[in-house]
Amino acid sequence: MSLSLKPTTPAGLVAIVVVMFAFGFMLVPLYDVFCEITGLNGKTSEQYQGALPISSIESTRTIKVQFVANRNDSLPWHFSPDQEEIQLTLGEQKQTAFHVVNTYNKAVVAQAIPSVSPAEAVAYLHKIECFCFQQQPLEPSEEKSFPLVFFIDSELPEEISKLTLSYTLFDISGTQTAGM
Amino acid sequence: MSESTATPHHHGPAKGMMRWVLTTNHKDIGTMYLVFALILFFVGGAMAMVIRAELFQPGLQLVQPDFFNQMTTMHGLIMVFGVIMPAFVGLANWQVPLMVGAPDMALPRMNNWSFWLLPFAFTMLLSTLFMDGGAPNFGWTFYAPLSTTYAPPSVTFFIFAIHMMGVSSILGAMNIIVTLFNMRAPGMSLMKMPMFCWSWLITAFLLIAAMPVLAAVVTMMLMDIHFGTSFFNAGGGGDPVLFQHVFWFFAHPEVYILILPAFGVVSQIIPTFARKRLFGHDSMVYAMIAIAVLAFIVWAHHMFTVGMPLGGELFFMYSTMLIAIPTGVKIFNWVSTMFKGSMTFETPMLFAVAFIVLFTIGGFSGLMLAIAPADFQYHDTYFVVAHFHYVLVPGSVFGIMAGVYYWLPKWCGKMYNESLGQLHFWLSLIGVNLTFFPMHFVGLAGMPRRIPDYALQFADFNMLTSVGAFLFGATQLIFLYIVITTVRNGKKAEQVTWEGAEGLEWTIPSPAPYHTFQTPPTVSDK
Repeated sequence: MSLSLKPTTPAGLVAIVVVMFAFGFMLVPLYDVFCEITGLNGKTSEQYQGALPISSIESTRTIKVQFVANRNDSLPWHFSPDQEEIQLTLGEQKQTAFHVVNTYNKAVVAQAIPSVSPAEAVAYLHKIECFCFQQQPLEPSEEKSFPLVFFIDSELPEEISKLTLSYTLFDISGTQTAGM
Repeated sequence: MSESTATPHHHGPAKGMMRWVLTTNHKDIGTMYLVFALILFFVGGAMAMVIRAELFQPGLQLVQPDFFNQMTTMHGLIMVFGVIMPAFVGLANWQVPLMVGAPDMALPRMNNWSFWLLPFAFTMLLSTLFMDGGAPNFGWTFYAPLSTTYAPPSVTFFIFAIHMMGVSSILGAMNIIVTLFNMRAPGMSLMKMPMFCWSWLITAFLLIAAMPVLAAVVTMMLMDIHFGTSFFNAGGGGDPVLFQHVFWFFAHPEVYILILPAFGVVSQIIPTFARKRLFGHDSMVYAMIAIAVLAFIVWAHHMFTVGMPLGGELFFMYSTMLIAIPTGVKIFNWVSTMFKGSMTFETPMLFAVAFIVLFTIGGFSGLMLAIAPADFQYHDTYFVVAHFHYVLVPGSVFGIMAGVYYWLPKWCGKMYNESLGQLHFWLSLIGVNLTFFPMHFVGLAGMPRRIPDYALQFADFNMLTSVGAFLFGATQLIFLYIVITTVRNGKKAEQVTWEGAEGLEWTIPSPAPYHTFQTPPTVSDK
């Protein structure tokens, strides 16, 4: 076997080290891109920017959408969907809301992270308005209704008859970074 | 190869403690690496004893769950980064120059530095045991957010310790690569290089490619903890699963870093005691290269249950199983080397043969774990613990011990006591199997790993395991005794210690002089 690669000095090897260190960080955007293409981790896309759906509905297919609300361990909020399940036609714009109460005696800022299951449906759920687009501050004992406006793309694959949209609230009071 | 004193460069070792601090001699540094690994072997082993003592009976007897978690974490970190890796680097420091006919490593000062980083790294890591909040308690795999959001404050010391160990291994790996490419004796082509050197060349490239990724992932942790980034924090738009991907992208090559040098040691020992040449020499090299390449595309088999598409599960399942082919090539070649050989069973050979048998058991349980649908049952159970201890203890550790028994007479010029060596071997063999074999059963029955308590039906097997662990632990004191008495007052060893031994290291006297191969030997065409 003849190896053409013959490091006579460690310079080339140092280059490998630097490249691999950078590659470790490269995995972060690569992972995001990979997940965005495949929808694997159920992360939904940003606010829907296209034309709003026409009210005259082309499709007659209906689908069930279930809502799940979770709090991340330490967040002292009450958090629940107004409706646990709704039935809608593909392409139809729907509005629903989530009910929150800050049961804590301190102001808390929370961020909701959405997730869609099955992952194949991620690309077909379009949110026109969602409380997950902003950080949500609540005063002590404040009560609020979080609105959600969305529609399901009529291109949704045949085999999907039900999807679950779940939100997890994270307490980000201490670490207020600029958005998600 | 006589010790000449004609020029000032040909002096012997310096006197006093400063010899060890300032040395650039590959033999001194190799010795320091090996002694360091031996000390930490007993530190990490003591932690394993705490774990097994707690698990001797169901219920909580000796330690609190948080301390138990610190023990499992530190035991794993110490054994991987503080024992197996430094021991192999120590073997490489001693043997690589002797086996390729080089006067020293190519970069002796860097060699000194890469060793001396380690005592500081591990002092820092061990000091976390005495800090407020205790030592790292999130497992050696330090999954986020356990190791970020929920970590004890000592995690920052852990991160810097990992950084230092990483720098140390990268420097050591570079040194070995540069030595092997530049300093082989005239006539020694790459393919004529001894198999131990080949295994280390491949390991060194794995280290150089994998360790920086580890450095990257702990740096991301550091930034998440202290600088408000959200690489692994879902609340800020990150993803904890990303941690597992980046971590295992490092850690799968890492497990081959832990075993390939053992393959090299065994490939030196089996031909010696079978008195035959290594069967399928070239295929051994290609098999190791294949294993190294595959190491980078199988990482997600550690995380089958994390939620992957079917295509991903299948890809990682099949690519993992593919590794069984080059590994099988190696196993069959060792067996074929022994076939019809005139074998004798001195201690190094006993350890090497046990390596082949027991490593194969570990390989088979690895294949079982690779079956994605079955892995959902095995995941995070004692079956996994049994699997990786079978490849690491009777695999890597037996490989190291085989190497030490094989080359110790060359290093110190004294012969160890063969009966004691065999006693050490047989007790280790019984201890290791008694410890780890029952873990397969409790794992299959669903006993989760990293938990200080367990359901009553696992009690008998756990007691057996603990008894085996105490036996194995105590047996290693025999090893310590053997090493100390051999170095102090062993019988004089011959230049060619073993009848069938071949290679440049046996052309120099025992003990190996402080400076060897100052004029390169010539390797004839065999």
